[in-house]
Amino acid sequence: MHLVYPAVLAALLFCVGLYGVLARRNAVLVLMSVELMLNAVNLNLVAFDVWLRDTLHAGQALTLFTITIAAAEIGLGLAIVLMVFRTHGTADVDRLRTLAEGADSIASATDSPTKSGAAAAPQGKATAA
Amino acid sequence: MTLTLAVLVPLLPFLGSLAGLAAGHRAPGLVRPLAVLPTLAAAVLAVVVAADLGTGRHLDAATELTPTGSVPVELSIHLDGFATLLAVLVGVVATCVQIYSTAYLRNDPRYPSYAALVSLFTAAMFLVLYSGDLVVLLVGWEIMGICSYFLVGHHWETADARSASIKAFLVTKLGDVPFLFGILALGSAAGTFRISGVLQAAGEGRIHHPTVIALLLLCGVAGKSAQFPLHTWLPDAMAGPTPVSALIHAATMVAAGIYLVARLLPVFLLSSAALVVLGVMAAVTMVGSALCAFAQDDIKRVLAYSTVGQLGYMAGALAVGDRDAAVFHLLTHGAFKALLFLAAGVVIHAAHTNSLTAMSRMSDLRRRVPDAYWTMTIGLLALAGIPPFSGFFSKDAVLTAAEDATHGDALTGGLGPASAVPHAVGWIVLVAGLVTGLLTAAYATRLWLLTFHAPTPRTTAGRPARVALPGGDEPHAMRWPLWLLAVPAVALGLVGLRGSWLPSFLDGTSLVPSGTTAILGACVALAGVLVAYLAWRRATALVADALAAPAPAAPGGAARAARAAHELAGATRPAATAAHPDQAAADLADVPGLTLDQALAEADDAARAAHLAPDPARLLLGPLLGPASEGFGVDRLYRAVFVRPVLGAASLVRFLDRDVIETYLAGAAGAPRLLGRAVRRAQNGNVQSYLSAMLAGAVVLAVLVEALR
Repeated sequence: MHLVYPAVLAALLFCVGLYGVLARRNAVLVLMSVELMLNAVNLNLVAFDVWLRDTLHAGQALTLFTITIAAAEIGLGLAIVLMVFRTHGTADVDRLRTLAEGADSIASATDSPTKSGAAAAPQGKATAA
Repeated sequence: MTLTLAVLVPLLPFLGSLAGLAAGHRAPGLVRPLAVLPTLAAAVLAVVVAADLGTGRHLDAATELTPTGSVPVELSIHLDGFATLLAVLVGVVATCVQIYSTAYLRNDPRYPSYAALVSLFTAAMFLVLYSGDLVVLLVGWEIMGICSYFLVGHHWETADARSASIKAFLVTKLGDVPFLFGILALGSAAGTFRISGVLQAAGEGRIHHPTVIALLLLCGVAGKSAQFPLHTWLPDAMAGPTPVSALIHAATMVAAGIYLVARLLPVFLLSSAALVVLGVMAAVTMVGSALCAFAQDDIKRVLAYSTVGQLGYMAGALAVGDRDAAVFHLLTHGAFKALLFLAAGVVIHAAHTNSLTAMSRMSDLRRRVPDAYWTMTIGLLALAGIPPFSGFFSKDAVLTAAEDATHGDALTGGLGPASAVPHAVGWIVLVAGLVTGLLTAAYATRLWLLTFHAPTPRTTAGRPARVALPGGDEPHAMRWPLWLLAVPAVALGLVGLRGSWLPSFLDGTSLVPSGTTAILGACVALAGVLVAYLAWRRATALVADALAAPAPAAPGGAARAARAAHELAGATRPAATAAHPDQAAADLADVPGLTLDQALAEADDAARAAHLAPDPARLLLGPLLGPASEGFGVDRLYRAVFVRPVLGAASLVRFLDRDVIETYLAGAAGAPRLLGRAVRRAQNGNVQSYLSAMLAGAVVLAVLVEALR
């Protein structure tokens, strides 16, 4: 099998994942998109490993490594999302603006979700577009 | 043996001061013994060393702590008659002052640090006297300077004391910088800092520029020994406590400059120019300070100016090449001036004022402090140079030396050729010495009459508040040091009469009064006393006339009184205290036991009485009184020439710093702040926009890298 098929597939997967990370508003979906990007990378690693006929199969070993890391990462990420949902009542990344310059506290961000959501809306649209 | 004892002499007060500082407030009971005992022990040891070394011998010892480059600096001791005799004087005066201070400052919260500083000062003075190495001597010299700074500023709550201490420090430092260069030049010319080595080099003619070196050293001497034109700090230094004035500003520290010139006299004898400068400096200092002393109203300032003048005598003796006379006068002056200051302290303590004008209206002062009265009389007689007292003999030794220099056979004691001293210097010193003798006797008489001989009780009859000033008995610790010091003030001169004893400690020049100058000096002194007394009688009569008048019933009397008052006040401008009654009131209000009302009444009274005080200075000095009471405007001149430009430069620097450099800094900080405000807007908290920006950046970088390859 020619290298171009897995490479194109990986690129497509990566772009889908990238779009998901940048455009989706639900944190769970963002995490799933990150998984997609990781798997695109895994696909590349395996494909190039075969194509380069690496005797040590470093690509495959690294793939296993990445899968492990990804499992750990998704576990942590989902736990964080769960905690965020419990405290904020939402898993919408557009509303989680506590890190913004000038945002004084979590409380104010949660107290006025409509306001911050309205403020964030154009931004979200811009990124989505 | 002698060496060990000699090392202990400076070491004991030094350790005492450290222990005193450590004890401080933690063990208040220990402070007084720690102040008095080491000093007393050092004084006893100094006497033992002097007796042990005996006459005509000298002892040199040195140890090198560490190699110090080309010219070695050694911890060395050089003991000879000059060092041991002066050490005895310093020890005795310091002991008296420490004992006196225990009473004088008994309620002072800062007594522990004060006593420690006095001990440290004493140690430094011993170091200067015993050191055989110029650099080690300089160390002691500078320690004395800093101790003087701290002790003058002892009452640092008052602005006067603060500015006086800074002035004393800066003015002496102004002389010390050239002095340091002089020592370095002397050391490099002679190849050693050992005084014996330097003197040997001077004897062999290996010092090539003696005039430059001697003039540089003279700067330091003028600063430390308060000679014109660097004398201005000494009268102001009277802001310190009186015992400090007695120890530092009369008997010891100011004598260090004289001692140094005496030590290095062979170097000075190589340069006639330096001797002329020293002689002129001494003459100007003597006459000027005597006139100033005559016009002062503050009893301590009178004594301060008289110290400046007597140091002028010593400098004059050195200028004519006779260091024996200089050191003799230094010894007697140290004794009687310390006595005068301590007695003045008792008087001030009893009278609650420094002002002679105010004292001249206290008729019972003589009865309240009889010890101070008698000892001060002795001190003033010695100061004036009345025959059987010590001052007469030592002053006469100076005058004899000057007279010998006028006909070319200066008493250099074998240190250099007699021809090294120009005739002119002899004349200058002789004439200035005689004029100063007259003035000194006159102001000593004025001080005595104004302090202790208030005209009649009747003049203060209308004021009942006067009788009950607090005061009274002085403690023993303040009384018997006076009598201890009175002994040398009377008898030290007679030592000079015994032709061989004192000179054998020194260079062997005879100190016995010689015919012409002795008679001349005594006559001049007696004339001064007489003139001052007559002027005082006249002034008293005028005051009595003026005061008798206010009874309005006698119209003739009123006219007469007005005329008398006019004659008295019209002769001169009123004294400074009269011009500022408010200030005088503020001064008086500091005295415990007086309410503000009383103080105001006092000041009012003082303002009135300044016109009416029986002050002979008014009649004798005439138009000179104003300038003389202000030190002939030297202070004002320095203020205009040095202080103002320095303050101006300081405000310029302040302007440059605050308004120019800081503006640049603020501008430099402002641009990043604006940029930061713009960048901060991007920080909106939306993780996805951050990621977008990151992606865009990565893409741009990738494209750029690709395009540039």
